[in-house]
Amino acid sequence: MFQIVKKRALHDTVTLMEVKAPAVARKAKPGQFIILRIDESGERIPLTIAGSDPLKGTITIIFQKVGYTTKRLDLLNEGDALLDFVGPLGKASEFEGMKRVAVIGGGLGVAIAYPQAKALHEMGVEVDVIVGFRNTGLMILMDELKAACTNLYVMTDDGSNGHKGFVTTALEEQLKAGVPYDHVIAIGPLVMMRAVCGLTKEYDIPTIVSMNPIMIDGTGMCGCCRVTVDGKMKFACVDGPDFDGQQIDWNEAISRSRMYRQEEAESLEKHACNLQNIELQKKRGGED
Amino acid sequence: MPNMSLKKLPAREQDPNVRNKNFLEVSQGYDEAMAMEEASRCLNCKHRPCVSGCPVNVRIPEFIKLVAEGKFLEAYDVITSTNALPAICGRVCPQETQCESKCVRGIKGDPVGIGRLERFVADYAMQHGVAGPKEEIPSNGKKVAVVGSGPAGLTCAGDLRKLGYDVTVFEALHTPGGVLVYGIPEFRLPKALVRREISKLEEMGVSIKTDMVIGRCISLDELMSEEGYDAIFVGSGAGLPRFQNIPGENLCGVYSANEFLTRINLMKAYSFPETDTPIKVGKCAAVVGGGNVAMDAARCAKRLGAETVYIVYRRSEKEMPARVEEIEHAKEEGIIFKLLTNPTEIHGDENGFVKAMTCVEMELGEPDASGRRRPVVKKGSEHTIDVQTVVIAIGNSPNPLIKDTTPGLECQSWGGIIADEETGKTSKPFVYAGGDAVTGAATVILAMGAGKKAAAAIHEELSK
Repeated sequence: MFQIVKKRALHDTVTLMEVKAPAVARKAKPGQFIILRIDESGERIPLTIAGSDPLKGTITIIFQKVGYTTKRLDLLNEGDALLDFVGPLGKASEFEGMKRVAVIGGGLGVAIAYPQAKALHEMGVEVDVIVGFRNTGLMILMDELKAACTNLYVMTDDGSNGHKGFVTTALEEQLKAGVPYDHVIAIGPLVMMRAVCGLTKEYDIPTIVSMNPIMIDGTGMCGCCRVTVDGKMKFACVDGPDFDGQQIDWNEAISRSRMYRQEEAESLEKHACNLQNIELQKKRGGED
Repeated sequence: MPNMSLKKLPAREQDPNVRNKNFLEVSQGYDEAMAMEEASRCLNCKHRPCVSGCPVNVRIPEFIKLVAEGKFLEAYDVITSTNALPAICGRVCPQETQCESKCVRGIKGDPVGIGRLERFVADYAMQHGVAGPKEEIPSNGKKVAVVGSGPAGLTCAGDLRKLGYDVTVFEALHTPGGVLVYGIPEFRLPKALVRREISKLEEMGVSIKTDMVIGRCISLDELMSEEGYDAIFVGSGAGLPRFQNIPGENLCGVYSANEFLTRINLMKAYSFPETDTPIKVGKCAAVVGGGNVAMDAARCAKRLGAETVYIVYRRSEKEMPARVEEIEHAKEEGIIFKLLTNPTEIHGDENGFVKAMTCVEMELGEPDASGRRRPVVKKGSEHTIDVQTVVIAIGNSPNPLIKDTTPGLECQSWGGIIADEETGKTSKPFVYAGGDAVTGAATVILAMGAGKKAAAAIHEELSK
């Protein structure tokens, strides 16, 4: 069992947890991921590692409450334990030869963009971070990001922070101004990563993206996580999750990410009462 | 007097039209009287040809004689003296090409039902509460790590523990058993039984650590230098699924057999939404391939509600690598065999889901490198079938994880670990390997045989 040693709500729908997993923490590097399972009937879900502390033996995960599993996960508290927690999986990000980099994060992807920016910043690379959220209420990790870069640009879809637009709006401004990025790293929703890659292609800047497709084992065995890169079939779990974003077949990736949309809705509906009951029990337990 | 019936006594089976709607075990095996009757067909030959056909050298005539005498628990002791997983072997070994193929009774009539008898004895012993190991085997102070808890790893672990080694098995998934739990379906090999066979090993003192991906959280070198293991056996299996390399293979609704079977067997997707892992099976499903895995996938698709299930195979039935029994079972359950047929393209709808598959018909030409006649495309035979689910079951390549993270471990160009056939010894000192990780996809029993040989070789090397 893997104990949750810290839990913090970053906002209404996004939660941070630190999980005790010394064997994983000892080896984890930016860009890698873990797979967890809550209990015996649970599904295996992959989450990119948002941070690790080899001394404390902990791994930080940040997740959004979207489906049944992540909602259940959010009902667990400090002291509770997860049945399975496997990793570190996938290849670590490669930063070799990077000197001036734009790290771009969108929504929950910011949680993963942060350790990348931090690692690069600590290596002495000049890092600009561009992040985007739907509105100011959904912002996460602002202080951490500020400490991990040279310039931080924050965009909101609705302009509630005074900077209306997408991450591509901010990136294009920098590119037009002639900032000589040698690499761009983009992590976020598939449509955002696709848009960033479209833009950087015009400027001929190598762009690395982190894919998070549906997975089961995470060790190459099932092939569920396949993505087409430069016309070739790749498995995100063993060949990635980082890939050359300009070579990815984005339409296919987006379509594959929706494969179980109907079943996900069905599962949420079926377990709606269950989730409510767990929540009620927790509340009652708190009052006692 | 031996029973001179030419026919092997059939085992009890669920009716095909009932069983193709449930996941309960198809074969119900023999009862005591049936087992004694079949066992009395054995001639107890002095030269024991059947034993030479068994990769783990089960003392077949000895155990069968005890069955004929009704001494079932004694028969069990004879089997388990060389085979740690009899309930599994009795069910999934291809006896028709191994022990039973050498049986003298098979010259005229059916061979003795050795597999069915082995299964009966194992099940009987389990039901009649055979106690675990009689006494604890003392440790000899030496540590061996086993990577992978499939048939090769479990066999190697069991044999080494019996010799006194401290054995730890590392498993990447959350449940031990490897292909026995993620690959072979419940209706052929009940998972409760796999769990019991494995818990017997644990009672013997084998330690099993799940959720450990060797190569990622710890390397082979670190296991030896930091964790103090004296030797390692790698039985990591055939990892990466192969695809056909035809257009449309990444559409939603196209599965590798590994993914399809893992969702069903390991993750229990047939109970969704009670369990949380979903699976999608349409009205029509096509499984591409002709091995046991293809049969398993097709029979699972049928059980998950597909009305029409095709096996699409590019050669003829004669060349199919699947066991005859599995082919028969699949046919009885209503699987349609499209033989000498090969898919060329999978088509999707506007949302990226499979809707059809184009195939061509094949003719058999000259024999190829495998000795089987090479299929060639029949001109003008292109046709399209409506399917919503496609499962690609054309084999696996070895998993690259160990290879990529272990300097000094030599591998074949196709990825298999290079290991001596008799000992499992690799190019790296104190590292042994066996099973599908070495041979590419093969059978449970061959992997067990490799695990057994490696255990003996490890013992020899560490005893020097």
